[in-house]
Amino acid sequence: MAKAVIPIGPYHPLQEEPEHFLLTVEGEKVVDVEVHIGYNHRGIEKLAEHKSWQQVTFLVARICGICSTSHPIAYCNAVENLCRVEIPERAKYIRTLVGELERIHSHLLWLGLAGHFLGYNTVWMWVWKWREPVLDIFEALTGNRNHYDMLLPGGVRRDLNEEYFPWVRKELGELKKNLEMLSKAILDDPVIISRLKGIGVLTPEDVKNYGAVGPTARASGVKIDVRKDDPYAAYDLIQWEVATCENGDLLDKVVVRILEIFESIKMVEECMDALEKVKGEVMATIKEVPPGEGIGRHEAPRGETFHYVRSDGGSSPIRHKVRAPTYVNLPTCKATLPGSQLADAIIILASIDPCYCCTERVAVVSDKKKEYLTQEDLIKLSWEKTEKLRRKYGK
Amino acid sequence: MGWREKILKRSLWVYHLATGPCNNCDIEILDLLTPRHDVERFGIKLVGSVRHADVLLVTGIVNRKCVPRVLRIYEQMPAPKLVIAVGACPMGGCVFKGSYNQAGPLDKIIPVDLYIPGCPPKPEAIIAGIAKLLEKLK
Repeated sequence: MAKAVIPIGPYHPLQEEPEHFLLTVEGEKVVDVEVHIGYNHRGIEKLAEHKSWQQVTFLVARICGICSTSHPIAYCNAVENLCRVEIPERAKYIRTLVGELERIHSHLLWLGLAGHFLGYNTVWMWVWKWREPVLDIFEALTGNRNHYDMLLPGGVRRDLNEEYFPWVRKELGELKKNLEMLSKAILDDPVIISRLKGIGVLTPEDVKNYGAVGPTARASGVKIDVRKDDPYAAYDLIQWEVATCENGDLLDKVVVRILEIFESIKMVEECMDALEKVKGEVMATIKEVPPGEGIGRHEAPRGETFHYVRSDGGSSPIRHKVRAPTYVNLPTCKATLPGSQLADAIIILASIDPCYCCTERVAVVSDKKKEYLTQEDLIKLSWEKTEKLRRKYGK
Repeated sequence: MGWREKILKRSLWVYHLATGPCNNCDIEILDLLTPRHDVERFGIKLVGSVRHADVLLVTGIVNRKCVPRVLRIYEQMPAPKLVIAVGACPMGGCVFKGSYNQAGPLDKIIPVDLYIPGCPPKPEAIIAGIAKLLEKLK
């Protein structure tokens, strides 16, 4: 059968972010996929080299609007790793609380969008309606619905107002009830089950080969979670479990995220109990950043976020490297997408909860002979490309 | 006021264009459609193609890769055209000001009718902005 290429994007009604997919199809079957990104690139790593250690926290918060506390946690972990600073216990609990509230809001957001991608807009409207109380909690506790900007290297900027805690408990209790009802409604629906069960299966071998992280890996039964494997903040001070599923299909990716929301609600409640007992400072002073290197990790809603900073003892980092979870999760669509139906392509692409804003970094890959590309090399490459295009279009 | 503007102000159809945002304004725009804010009660609707749209809602710093696409989408839009810049990024770049990939601000590239500042603006602010735009049309 003849092959055809279907372009999706960069501006497509189904996508909230600009990205470009080229799906090669044989009839209704997808045989290959190509992903073009770069519409969201903002040059954050380079900008970080011109900002002070404190300012970079607010820059990395704006890498992504959905995980706007994950990147600061990872960055602060990196700076604290570099300075060998231990943050106060109260700050640890506040970081955990904000991080877990963000996981709740992010997974609810994805659940709604997944319903939208399936053409089931009722789920979208329902879930986003119940996401609003979580944003209200954020507004009351941190001062903003999104972009909370709570962190600084050394601790947190603001203490939480404990007067709100009883109201937060009530709102989360209602969210839990609504979510139980919703999860039963979703998982009993024969249409949703037949759209999701056994589709886009990612095997544990694929997870290891592609290096997938986060809920994408945990849905396939691979139990990796930075919060358990390399605890930071208060994750080793509270009781919680890593949620995993076994099959690795789309249904399990939904189930694992719903389980994580319940686990996160439990963790937020534990953090509030602890904050009522643990009092004191929320900020440790960092007088100067010594020369050296530091790494920081955080389990963002989508998987492991990794930050690397290098210092020469000055007022800003001389190198800042960000690796977001989508960067490693996105290539798994090469394993899950070929062989599937065209109608399932969008939900399979969306099943990793992609965030292109997080992903868009510039990377130079060596061509085995040379380790780095100099300015002359780049000019030569650009010249060759222009020449190729000229030959192709005959101008 | 011509007949076109008279018809336009009854129901605005909006096309959302992301040009290198951090996703946050985009989520707040989607949030407008969901039950708490529900802008469809004012006749405002998000459409899939710019050829059906009255309003272009632009978010993001307008990076170099997006500029040709922004111009092309603006040309495809039927007149009368209204352009709204949502968030701090299309106005001055927010924290990304000075980035090597920033081609904005947006008003250097296409004419802008309304600015809604904020990082991100609250959904209420976006509704208030669009209400002001409707006032301007009257």
